[in-house]
Amino acid sequence: MTVGRFGRFGGRYVPEALIPALDQLDEVRAKAMIDPEFLGELDRLHRTYTGRPSIITEVPRFAAHAGGARVILKREDLNHTGSHKINNVLAQALLTKRMGKRRIIAETGAGQHGVATATAAALMGLDCTVYMGKVDTQRQALNVARMRILGAEVVAVEHGSQTLKDAINEALRDWVTNVHDTHYCIGTVTGPHPFPEMVRDFHRIIGVEARAQVLDLTGRLPDAVIACVGGGSNAMGIFHRFIDDAGVRLIGVEAGGDGIETGRHAARFASAEPGVLHGAMSYLMQDDDGQTLESHSVSAGLDYPSVGPEHSFLKEIGRAEYLHATDDATMEAFRLLCRTEGIIPALESAHALAGAIEVGTALGPDALLLVNLSGRGDKDMHTAAAWFGLVDDGAGV
Amino acid sequence: MTTPPPVTPSPSATPPLADTAMPSPAAPVPTSGPGAESAAVPNAVPNAVPNAVPNAVPNAVPGSVPGALAAAGRGVADVLSRCRDEGRAALIGYLPVGFPDLDTSLAAMETMVANGCDIIEVGIPYSDPVMDGPAVQRAAATALAAGSRVGDVFTATAAVRAAGAPALVMTYWNLVLRRGVDRFADDLAAAGGAGLITPDLIPDEAADWIAASDRTGLDRVFLVAPSSTPERLAAVTSACRGFVYATAVMGVTGARATVGDAAYDLVRRTRAVTALPVCVGLGVSTGDQAAQVGSFADGVIVGSALVSTLFDTDRDEGLERLAALTRELAAGVREGRKG
Repeated sequence: MTVGRFGRFGGRYVPEALIPALDQLDEVRAKAMIDPEFLGELDRLHRTYTGRPSIITEVPRFAAHAGGARVILKREDLNHTGSHKINNVLAQALLTKRMGKRRIIAETGAGQHGVATATAAALMGLDCTVYMGKVDTQRQALNVARMRILGAEVVAVEHGSQTLKDAINEALRDWVTNVHDTHYCIGTVTGPHPFPEMVRDFHRIIGVEARAQVLDLTGRLPDAVIACVGGGSNAMGIFHRFIDDAGVRLIGVEAGGDGIETGRHAARFASAEPGVLHGAMSYLMQDDDGQTLESHSVSAGLDYPSVGPEHSFLKEIGRAEYLHATDDATMEAFRLLCRTEGIIPALESAHALAGAIEVGTALGPDALLLVNLSGRGDKDMHTAAAWFGLVDDGAGV
Repeated sequence: MTTPPPVTPSPSATPPLADTAMPSPAAPVPTSGPGAESAAVPNAVPNAVPNAVPNAVPNAVPGSVPGALAAAGRGVADVLSRCRDEGRAALIGYLPVGFPDLDTSLAAMETMVANGCDIIEVGIPYSDPVMDGPAVQRAAATALAAGSRVGDVFTATAAVRAAGAPALVMTYWNLVLRRGVDRFADDLAAAGGAGLITPDLIPDEAADWIAASDRTGLDRVFLVAPSSTPERLAAVTSACRGFVYATAVMGVTGARATVGDAAYDLVRRTRAVTALPVCVGLGVSTGDQAAQVGSFADGVIVGSALVSTLFDTDRDEGLERLAALTRELAAGVREGRKG
C-alpha cells in the first residue's frame, strides 16, 4: 500500500488531513510531466527567465589545489535568483496554478529557496508566505529584505532550534490549516511522496545539461560528480542523469560543521541512523529516544538533521558515496575559488568545492571532476567577512 | 497531593470493567442505515475480521500477559460502550507525560480521571510536533527541557490504569520506530496501556504497527480529517480499533472559538463507512463546546485547554484549575444530548 519508496526510505509520514492534497499533487504532476503544454511552458520560462541552460566553467587555477585534476563547474549560481532553487520553484508554481490554488508557502534556510519562491509568486501572481528560522533571518538578513521587496510575507520562526527544521514544522502547520487554497512548495528532495521524486525531476535538468556539456568539452564522462548535500536537491539534480553511468562516481558532501567528533555538524551519513522526520523515512540525526538532534553548519542551507530519502537509498545500495567537509575546510575552499577564479560561491556550494579538493588530491591529475556550483555567495558575505576579518571595526556590516 | 501509584501493573490494579464480556471491538456500536452495510466494503474485511480475534479471545495470544492484555485490548471500547449506554459522549483528556515534570504530570492525569475524564490520552513530548499548536508545543518543549524521556510514558499508562481509566498513548511515529515497533507494543501492553493514537502515521505506512497491535491486542486509533475522501475514510476506519479520531477542523491542536459544522459533517460521513465509535478532537476548550460536540460524537477529545491550565502557575493551583475544567467538560458531555 505504501507509495513513494526508495528501497526502505521515503514514504508518507504525515497527518491524514494532507493525504488528499498529496494525492492531488501526485496526479497533477504526473499528468504535467507528459503534457507538452506544461513542459513547453516550463522550458520557455527556463530559457527566457531562469537563464538556462546554465554554462559550465573549467577552473584550472582552482584545480591546481585539487591534485591537478581537471575540474569543471556547473554554474547554477548564474541562474536567476542565484541558485538552482529556481528550477523547482517555477515548476511547482505552475503546478499550483494548475491545481487552482492561489497561495504558495515555503520554508527556507539560507534564503535561496525562499527568494526563489517569492520570485515565482511575484511572476505568477500568487500570494506567498515564507517560513524562516529566526536564527537564519539574522544570518541572512539581506535575503529577508529580498523576499519582502518581492511581495512575500516572511515569518521568523522562534520555536525549537529556530533554523530550517523548525521553519518546515511551521510551514507544515500552515499547510494543514490552509491546504484548500495553498500549495506547500517544499524546497528540497525530502518530505512526503511525491515531493522527493517530483523535486528531483524538476532539478534533473542540471545533470542532463551538464552531462552533454562535459561530453562536448572533454569527449568523455567525468570520473566523479560532486555536489553538496543538505536536503540534497542540487545533488539529486546533477546525480540523476549519471546514475546509469556505472563508471561515474557520485559524491555528496555533507556539512561537517565543527567536526564529527564534536557532535556539532550536519553529516547525517557519518553518524546517524534511519528515522522519520517531516514526512519521510531517511537518515536522521536523533537521540536514543528518537528526538531530533540539532544540526550545525556555517552554511544555513545545509543545517538540517535529515536528508532526502533517495540519497539514503543511493548510499545504502552503494551507488553514491558521502563525504563531509568541516566549516574550516569549506571556508578555505570558498576563499580559494574567489582568489583563483573570481567566482564567489555560496557556502553550501563551497562544501562541494572542499570535497573536490579532497577527491582531486586522491585521484591525481588524470581525473576529471564535475562539481555542481549550486549557488552564488553574495548572500554569505556577512558570514565570510566575519570569518576572515574583512571588515574594519565599526563599518556596520 | 496525590501520591504517584506503583509503576508496575498488578492484577489488583486492573479495574473490574476490563473483565466484562464485550462484543467484538470491530463492531461495538449497533448502527442502522448505511453505516451497517458500508462497514462491509472490501477494505474493511481484511482488517476487521482478523483484528477481532485477539481481542475477543485474549488468552489465545501466546506470550502475552493476560491481565495487561485484557486491560489493554478492551478498555477503550468498553468505556465508550458504557458512555453510550448512559446516553452521553465520553470525555477524553490529553496531557503530555513529563509536563511540567513527571510527578506533576502523573498527578494531573489522576486528577483528570478523578474529575470525570473517561479515557486519558497520554502524549509523549516530541521535538517536532507538526500537528500541534502553541499550547502543546510549549508543554512538549517544557517537558523535554525538564528531561522527559519516552520511557516515562509507560509509568504514566500504568498510573492512569491504576486510577481506573484506559490510557491511550498519542505519539509521533519516530519515537515508536526508534524504540522498535514490537518492543514499544510489548512495553505498552505490559504497562497497561490501551493502544496508540498516531497523528503522523497513516494506515498505508503502518504494516508493522498493525501486526504488532494485532499480536498484543492494543487499540490503534488513526485520524480522519474534513479533507478525507470517502475512499480514505473507508480505508482508514477499517484499520482502526477502539475508535476513530475525527479532527474537527483542518489545522493543528489548540482552542478555537467555534468547532462547528465541519466536525458534524465529518462524523456523519465517517459513520457512513464504519460501525466504530467516532470521537472528535481539535479545538474544544469549554463545557459548552463539549456539549455541542458530544451531541453528535461518541467522544469529545480535549487537549490544549487542559494543558493550558498548568501554565504559569504552581502545582496545587494548576491541579485545581485542571480539576475545575475537567468537571466543566464532564458536565458538558452530560448535557450534550439533553433537550
